[in-house]
Amino acid sequence: MTEDILDTIEFDDDGFMVNAADWTEEIGRAIAEALEIELTDRHWKVINFARSDFEKTGEPPTLRRITQQTGVSMKEMYQLFPDGPAKLAANIAGLKKPTGCI
Amino acid sequence: MAKPSRVLHQSSSAANGRRKLALVASKGSLDMAYPPLILANAARMSGIDVEMFFTFWGLDIITKKKMGKLSVATVGNPNMHPWFGIPTLLGALPGMSWAASWMMRGEIKKLGFPPVAEFVKLLVDAGANVYGCKMSMDMMKLTVDDLVEGATVLGAMEFMDLTEGAQIVFV
Repeated sequence: MTEDILDTIEFDDDGFMVNAADWTEEIGRAIAEALEIELTDRHWKVINFARSDFEKTGEPPTLRRITQQTGVSMKEMYQLFPDGPAKLAANIAGLKKPTGCI
Repeated sequence: MAKPSRVLHQSSSAANGRRKLALVASKGSLDMAYPPLILANAARMSGIDVEMFFTFWGLDIITKKKMGKLSVATVGNPNMHPWFGIPTLLGALPGMSWAASWMMRGEIKKLGFPPVAEFVKLLVDAGANVYGCKMSMDMMKLTVDDLVEGATVLGAMEFMDLTEGAQIVFV
């Protein structure tokens, strides 16, 4: 069922949403499901921060910025989003692929 | 166009599973401490396993008493002249290395990179494995207690065993 939502959304070659403005929480949940990540309150804290920070800066936040501003520790980020925390968080938040080095 | 999937986030894997990066850090100046740290962090952020071997001067990067005081050389450093405009003879003056190191720390901070000590802790938290070279430690009379928390001591041959199939970068 949730698969259907993703069919209506435009993604780039890396699976990131092309238009961040099209994002809704429902889409976020569907992307997380496709990424095999079960979302908790802690995930949402990160995702919501990534969304609001993107609105301000126009760039997905770096991993370091996320840990500094949300209080979610680096260790926890790797537990919440294994295999690449900054990328996975941006992906679920409907943002473009992060390019920061830190 | 590709729908989000787990596969897109997994790095191209080695024959036996996950991709692994092995970094050998052999230099302990402020400027040469950052490349292995940045590469290790980029690898972890991309879901690549990381083994870091700190040997010889590189040990300073993970030695508690030294890691906060790494400095950049103002003498015998051919890159120093165009950047800071410090001719070698002036670079030998007292305080020059201190001043250049202070400036570089400021520039690094501006870019959003943490100081060395914080960076190493961040890498340990990110799941990078950090090793001190046993031979170098014996030579410098260091024990595991002198190293940053989370680091272990390893011989070069053990490091070889751990890094089978890994991509090795020597800094």
